[in-house]
Amino acid sequence: MSVIAYREALNQAMSEEMERDERVFLMGEEVAEYDGAYKVSQGMLARFGPRRIIDTPISEEGFCGMGIGAAMVGLRPIVEFMTFSFSLVAIDQIVNNAANMRYMSGGQFAVPIVFRGSSGMAGCLAATHSHRLEAWYAHIPGLTVVMPATPADAKGLLKSAIRSDDPVIFIEHEVLYGDKGEVPDGEHLVPIGKAEIKRAGSDVTLITYSRSLKATMAAAETLAGEGIDAEVIDIRTIRPLDLDTLLESVGKTHRAVIVEEDWPYCGLGAGISDRIMQKAFDELDAPIRRVTTKDAPIPYNRALEASMLPSVDRVVAQVRDVMYSRL
Amino acid sequence: MSQATTEAKPVVSKNQAVGWLRQMLLIRRFEEQSYKLYQMGGKIGGFCHLYSGQEPVAVGSIGVLREDDYVITAYRDHGHALARGMGANEAMAELLGRYTGCSKGKGGSMHFFDAEKGFLGGHAIVGSHIPLAAGVAFASKYQNKDSVCICYFGDGAMNQGSLHEAFNMASLWKLPVIYVVENNMMSMGTQLHRHSCLMDLTVRCGTAYGIPGYSIDANDIELVATTTRECAARARAGEGPSFIEMKTYRYRGHSMSDPAKYRTKEELEDAKARDPIVAYEHILKDRGWIDDEAIERMHDEIKAEVEESIKFAEESEQTPPEALYQDVTVAHHIPQE
Repeated sequence: MSVIAYREALNQAMSEEMERDERVFLMGEEVAEYDGAYKVSQGMLARFGPRRIIDTPISEEGFCGMGIGAAMVGLRPIVEFMTFSFSLVAIDQIVNNAANMRYMSGGQFAVPIVFRGSSGMAGCLAATHSHRLEAWYAHIPGLTVVMPATPADAKGLLKSAIRSDDPVIFIEHEVLYGDKGEVPDGEHLVPIGKAEIKRAGSDVTLITYSRSLKATMAAAETLAGEGIDAEVIDIRTIRPLDLDTLLESVGKTHRAVIVEEDWPYCGLGAGISDRIMQKAFDELDAPIRRVTTKDAPIPYNRALEASMLPSVDRVVAQVRDVMYSRL
Repeated sequence: MSQATTEAKPVVSKNQAVGWLRQMLLIRRFEEQSYKLYQMGGKIGGFCHLYSGQEPVAVGSIGVLREDDYVITAYRDHGHALARGMGANEAMAELLGRYTGCSKGKGGSMHFFDAEKGFLGGHAIVGSHIPLAAGVAFASKYQNKDSVCICYFGDGAMNQGSLHEAFNMASLWKLPVIYVVENNMMSMGTQLHRHSCLMDLTVRCGTAYGIPGYSIDANDIELVATTTRECAARARAGEGPSFIEMKTYRYRGHSMSDPAKYRTKEELEDAKARDPIVAYEHILKDRGWIDDEAIERMHDEIKAEVEESIKFAEESEQTPPEALYQDVTVAHHIPQE
């Protein structure tokens, strides 16, 4: 076990997989000579050379499509978006080509590719650079969507994503890159499609992922002080959802609050809530509540931006609501 | 017309030339029967774009490639698939939505695939497959192979950003790809002069990216072949991409729903008077490589082959209900329902 930052964990995952498999390469804007816009690929050019660590022009649609083409004929590309906000100009490639190829070809072609990069509200980046697109991608059959919250999960899930034979949308969070945590040494794989209980509890199930795990864990501590024992589940994989883990927890707590950084309407929590209610409506002692980013474009102003995010206070308030507490 | 060149200097063997004539005839017959099936009782659904008139483009260019090369095209894809050796049975079964179709009845007319033949589709978003071709070529180079990728698109696709992004990177990295614009002068119903700022397409797509550009009369199948061969040699030698404007003409509307009111009867009749298949029949007869009797026999064989493909398709099972969830992903698909 060693303590490393989230970005180093991602770097280790890519480097180990590139050592292991000659077909794996990394391409994207500033990934090579600049060492990565967020320094995730630091040192990889020196280690693997320009054949496998490739700086691209600012042409997301073009290089995403190239990655897909290369994957169709046997390579295993990792395509980095400087931020997932920029994936919007490549969304045709991801949705129409990466996600559909296997189905449209009657199973003849696979697209083993990882699209990865930062996302989320990182502070004063305003409306164009703060997107959270997990619900967009989770909507699409054919895609796998992963969002790690900790360095250990970042490493273990990225290695699994690179080994996956399907297109994986691997969404990091800009404010997590410097976070440090314990990461198991050596071969460390976290399975795709498995949630993890990050804090066991019996009174209410808090369902979250990525950066929102932090506010959720802090809220659980506050609630503990009030005598409410919250279970915190990090879903880790957005699609396919580990519904069993959620149902087992709700079967125990009979209450759920979903904490997510995307917008409320048609957001991820809407889909998760629907699936829980279809299977476990009778188990619920209160309606499922959601804590989301408020429904407006993301403002530049720091205080305004902070006011939109799921916060400890907002999570605590929703938990009190489902507990029918009057504190 | 550059038929004179063709007559003066055959660039293929007799067997290959006769094979090309046969393939062109097969595509023509296949498309005309598809037209009828579409019209009669809706046996073919959705969008269906026919290749009639453009046959020498696919046949002459694919005809000089190797088995380990790759072919990728847009939605008007029946001709390329047949030219690459896909059986008429699998092609017709796909049009009829059958499980025996080349994409198991899940792709349809616009999404033919044949992995074994290196046929990478059948892509229906205009311009979307052009970066894929660069990626396929990238993979050849990455793996130190000398396979090339040939990529076809219509003149309408030249206006998509994906093309220009891919062309820049293909040239920057000297990728072994041959880009072919099948210029039938119509972007659906918008004629070239109304959608392109320049009429010299080699300037827009070649010169602008430092890519050698060719502009040829694609009614001359052997000129198509020699030009493609030259570009393939260049790609295999590591010298990068090429761009070929192949001037051609489509006899049918953009798709089955298009009455083609944007052109006159005379224009279409003029084009048909210069039919590339009839022209090639004459050339091969002049060379003494085929006679009327053999041509007649060929027509009969092809007629039977296409009839057989319709029978095969109609007798094949419909894509079954359980196929709905098959092949969504390589990993077991868990419907998020």
